[in-house]
Amino acid sequence: MSERLGIVVSGSLNKGVEVKLDSSAPIEDMAVGRFVTIEGQKRRFFGMITDVSLGVIDQKLTLTPPDVSDPFIAEVLAGTSTFGTLHVSPSLVIGGDVASLLEGPQPVKTVPSHFSVVNLASQRDVELVFGTEDEKRFFIGTPLDMETKVCLDLEELVKRSNGVFGKSGTGKTFLARLLLIGMLQKGTAVNLVFDMHSEYGWESRDERGRKVKALKQLFPSKVAVFTLDEESSRRRRVSTDFVVRLGYDEIEPEDIALLRQTLNLTEASVQAVYQLAREFGDKRWIEATLGLEEGEETRQLLTKLNIHDSTYHNLRRGLETFRRLPFLVPSAPDNTVKRILEYLDRGTNVILEFGRYTDIAAYILVANLLTRRIHAQYREAMEKAIGEDTIPPRQLVITIEEAHRFLNPEVSSQTIFGTIAREMRKYNVTLLVIDQRPSGIDGEVMSQMGTKITCLLDNERDVDSVLAGVINKSEFKSVLSKLESKQQALIFGHAVPVPVVVRTREYGSAESYRDFIPRDETEAGKDIEELWE
Amino acid sequence: MAEMQRVGEVIEASTTDFVAQCYELYQIPPLGSLVKTKDLPVELYGIVCNAATTSLEPGRRPIARGKDETTEEEIYRSSPQLLKLLRSEFGALVVGHKKDAKLYHYLPPQPARIHSFVYLCPPEEVKEFGQSFDFLNLLINTHLPVPTEELVAASLRQMSQAYEDPRAFLVAAGKELAILLSGNLNQLKAILGRIKL
Repeated sequence: MSERLGIVVSGSLNKGVEVKLDSSAPIEDMAVGRFVTIEGQKRRFFGMITDVSLGVIDQKLTLTPPDVSDPFIAEVLAGTSTFGTLHVSPSLVIGGDVASLLEGPQPVKTVPSHFSVVNLASQRDVELVFGTEDEKRFFIGTPLDMETKVCLDLEELVKRSNGVFGKSGTGKTFLARLLLIGMLQKGTAVNLVFDMHSEYGWESRDERGRKVKALKQLFPSKVAVFTLDEESSRRRRVSTDFVVRLGYDEIEPEDIALLRQTLNLTEASVQAVYQLAREFGDKRWIEATLGLEEGEETRQLLTKLNIHDSTYHNLRRGLETFRRLPFLVPSAPDNTVKRILEYLDRGTNVILEFGRYTDIAAYILVANLLTRRIHAQYREAMEKAIGEDTIPPRQLVITIEEAHRFLNPEVSSQTIFGTIAREMRKYNVTLLVIDQRPSGIDGEVMSQMGTKITCLLDNERDVDSVLAGVINKSEFKSVLSKLESKQQALIFGHAVPVPVVVRTREYGSAESYRDFIPRDETEAGKDIEELWE
Repeated sequence: MAEMQRVGEVIEASTTDFVAQCYELYQIPPLGSLVKTKDLPVELYGIVCNAATTSLEPGRRPIARGKDETTEEEIYRSSPQLLKLLRSEFGALVVGHKKDAKLYHYLPPQPARIHSFVYLCPPEEVKEFGQSFDFLNLLINTHLPVPTEELVAASLRQMSQAYEDPRAFLVAAGKELAILLSGNLNQLKAILGRIKL
């Protein structure tokens, strides 16, 4: 298939090229996001349609429109006096020069010459650009109006932090689940998922009320489900591997600082936390503070520490929140971090379900607390590996939801997530950030993300922040805001050679599950077969 | 190829056009039809761009004769000399030529010779000629007593009849005109209005 669309009539490398449509190519069939190839004199270019517009040869025509109810007149004028134009941004050279023949698609450094022919990209062209599914590439979806597979290079993907964005209900969770499945399937990284709404580990329902299976059901041997809320897990008949309990002694003043907004603490209260921690010791301070009773002794202590009474009450009220979280206990029976690391070390992916505790304070506290220590361990292991020239720890991807709460400009410098997002791959830990309000995320963190996958966004600020730093931003803006609200996403960044709009791969049918699982994994055969029914 | 119909003889010629007199009174080829001369080595193609029937002698005007006759035919029957005293002529705009069996859509090096026979082109030849619309440019850019749009429309209508799918031919020609006349939409509209089926 090589459907001729038109010819290049003007343009620039920065702004993309204008293509005049042939009269035989109906403008209403064009869609932003579609791929085209441009046959230059020496090179073949690959690009995407980013805008479609109407043109007339003479402005008078718009003032005295011809009688197009007459099919003859309409046919004559179409493509001559009135014509469609496409705006195409070429992004790759896929043939013609030596480098692109030897090393595959190369980034463009020039534009096609005048009147080069523009064709719709063929299946082969798209395959050439996105590769085929193999041991490190994962099929994520198909380009618009095509059957070809768009594959993500997962090995490249996990080396940097990535983001999945989109308005609520546009399929972020499905996309994230697909990515996680990809990583599990290809074994490119182990995952730690902070699963706020308990939808990655065990089955949940999609918007139509259909049950969809999740990771533990698809890869029982590779996934462990940890839970903070045993009861909820039991009710949903999830087979959990570990019940998480965290001790007060594990909470550090930094954790409170991070929760300042969520717990409605004043700046002074946060300062007081550090003083109390110095007074009582890092391990004991929460218990001790919560144990303080009204009275002279307390007053003396506060005076000594120079903490104002109202500050103390404010802090106290905030800390009381912890008492309402049953998974927080004065001292934990088991070391959760150690357990998680054990699993991760074995290559088992860990999903931490929050059950009923979808309260954002709990989520931030737990995610930050665990991640900080896991990251510290990883850092240690990594440094050791470098020093002793041994095998470094497995690549770890930490998935967080509601990321703008961790990574907003105010706290991103304090949380471990901000550090991970910035440090990137040095310590083999990266993030998969899922968020619906990307504008809330620190610009510096956003700019460090390797690959961004975004579903429909319509808030101007969100769109701007996702596309910050992208060349031809305004063009992608129009693509992004025209995405369908379901099953469509724009992928750009490190793991794809060119930005691409995909119709996401099907997820939820028995067939789709079968495709996810590699052949040799079906050893449990019958059981899984039954699951699919 | 079918026997070509001879329609007249060149009596006046210039680089851009020629005038031919018809052998029979009123046997004028239709406006816009494609005619050719067969002077060797160059055959000239022309498009009939105007026609006239006049008295043989310039200073002598015909007079009305039908007062006592019942039909027009009666006039000619009762005065048979009329057919010899009047003559029909047509002018043709040169739009191309053929040399060594190759067709060129531009002016020939020399004008037609006087007394060259003029033939009406058969459909096959019209089709061959109509493969290129370059002649439209020649038509549009000449100043004639006949309005340009009338002539262009007439020639396209005539040519289209040689095709199995006249509409496709007219659409293609229309598109060419739309480009040629991009600065003159009124003329374009006038022509399109005259060639639509």
